[in-house]
Amino acid sequence: MSTTTSDFRSRMRAVTDDAVTMLAILATLLVIAPLVAIFGYLLYRGASSVNLDFFTKIPKPPGEAGGGMANAILGSGVVLAVASLIGVPIGIGGGIFLAEFGRGTKLANTIRFTADVLNGVPSIVMGMAIYLLIVSPRHSFIPFSGHFSAFAGGVALGIMMIPTVCRTTEEMLLMVPHAVREAALGLGIPNWRSVLSITVKTASPGIITGCMLAFARIAGETAPLIFTALGNAYMSASLDKPIETLPFQIYIFALSPYEDWHRLAWAGSLVLIVLIVMAVSLVRWVTSRGVLKGNT
Amino acid sequence: MGVGIAVTNLNAWYGTNHTLQDINLNIPANHATALIGPSGCGKSTFVRCLNRMHETNPIARVTGSVRIGDLDIYEDAKPVQIRRRVGMVFQRPNPFPTMSIYDNVASGLKLNGYSNRRVLDEIVERSLKNSALWDEVKDDLKKKSGASLSGGQQQRLCIARALAVDPEVLLMDEPASALDPVSTSKIEDLIFQLKSQYTIVIVTHNMQQAARVAEKTGFFLNGRLVEFDSTHKIFTNPSDKRTEDYITGRFG
Repeated sequence: MSTTTSDFRSRMRAVTDDAVTMLAILATLLVIAPLVAIFGYLLYRGASSVNLDFFTKIPKPPGEAGGGMANAILGSGVVLAVASLIGVPIGIGGGIFLAEFGRGTKLANTIRFTADVLNGVPSIVMGMAIYLLIVSPRHSFIPFSGHFSAFAGGVALGIMMIPTVCRTTEEMLLMVPHAVREAALGLGIPNWRSVLSITVKTASPGIITGCMLAFARIAGETAPLIFTALGNAYMSASLDKPIETLPFQIYIFALSPYEDWHRLAWAGSLVLIVLIVMAVSLVRWVTSRGVLKGNT
Repeated sequence: MGVGIAVTNLNAWYGTNHTLQDINLNIPANHATALIGPSGCGKSTFVRCLNRMHETNPIARVTGSVRIGDLDIYEDAKPVQIRRRVGMVFQRPNPFPTMSIYDNVASGLKLNGYSNRRVLDEIVERSLKNSALWDEVKDDLKKKSGASLSGGQQQRLCIARALAVDPEVLLMDEPASALDPVSTSKIEDLIFQLKSQYTIVIVTHNMQQAARVAEKTGFFLNGRLVEFDSTHKIFTNPSDKRTEDYITGRFG
């Protein structure tokens, strides 16, 4: 009798094992399904309009065939560069403070809470705030203030990057084993030096991932740019002037009544996604070179 | 030449927990001194007081005096200066995971601002030879990560890293307890060779190990130093009943 019981139990275990595995596979499929569906549909609607003109020409007036989104691609590059220059250093610096120097202090807890709230601020509100702070008034101490500009768009998106970068940097630093910190202290290395050269370096793959997540998130933002970058029908890379960006141009073109512009909007969406994937892959590839054998 | 360590009335706390009580002893220069005792008896806390690592824990506190040569380490110098003179090897091998073998060994010098390439090359080679690791890693110095080595090799890498900053004292907190017997015997051979140049203090749970490598042995129990004498005397004819009970395996 005991044999049959144990036979039955082991069969039940196998069945449970299979069922859980199937559930996990199903969940995985559900995770990637939306991405595949969106990407597939974009390819279907947009791929035929992606050609050399799309990358080299500015949009034509409605009714004229052809034209491209060169100004928006360039503009997105400029605005995202400004945003990263603001968001990445401030975010990483804040994360280092939270995890290493300010751990447990009231100031650190306040900053952490503020960052979490900032993360939840709707992006349209961020755009309005920047409009009221530096687009509408002119300040002698803030460059390019007093009018719509690529710079103002970059500031709005840069501030949106800060909380994500800051909190992931903190989390990643806290995951560095205590033994690694002790090893550095035991060698007589000053704390600040050990934090910058050892702890941050050890956590850098995770910190870079956090920066890429923040970058990918803001790359598709439209709302904060309405009140800041404004849009520009012509080619411009100037920080001082209004500038076109891909998400903003997609928004305008998709709402327009013109068939040509709809096609460009589909193509723009496809190009935006591909560019984000390429930017993220490039950073991963560059930062993974120089990693030594035996590291995971 | 290593220098001896004179410990007077040393007390240490973690929060309200009085982990070390009135420790007095003289650790001889250029010898190996073993510290034995059951878990939680304070021997790790004791060695961490010798390079001021104890106070890196915010709730920790120390009183009393520790002199290394002419230097009172709690009065005359900053913790980072002490830690360059008093090297430490930890229980679990802890190489810097993102650094190459070479950079691991050179880290103590490089991160303290030392950058002469030729001298660094020499020091790295000498330290790895002193820790008996050179022949196993000399072809991959800059190619492989410190984390890619086996556990025993990692621990010898950590010893090389500690030796590279040219300390006078080497503290070892159960350096072989996470290693297999072959690696353990390599570490013990190493301690044997190094003690002519350095003052070595080794915490160990393994009493045979203490007997093999150390001239002097101290027995800790409940935060107190029960007995400190020549290793031979401790293991053959201890003066204190508690020491005898411990080494004969009646407790601990």
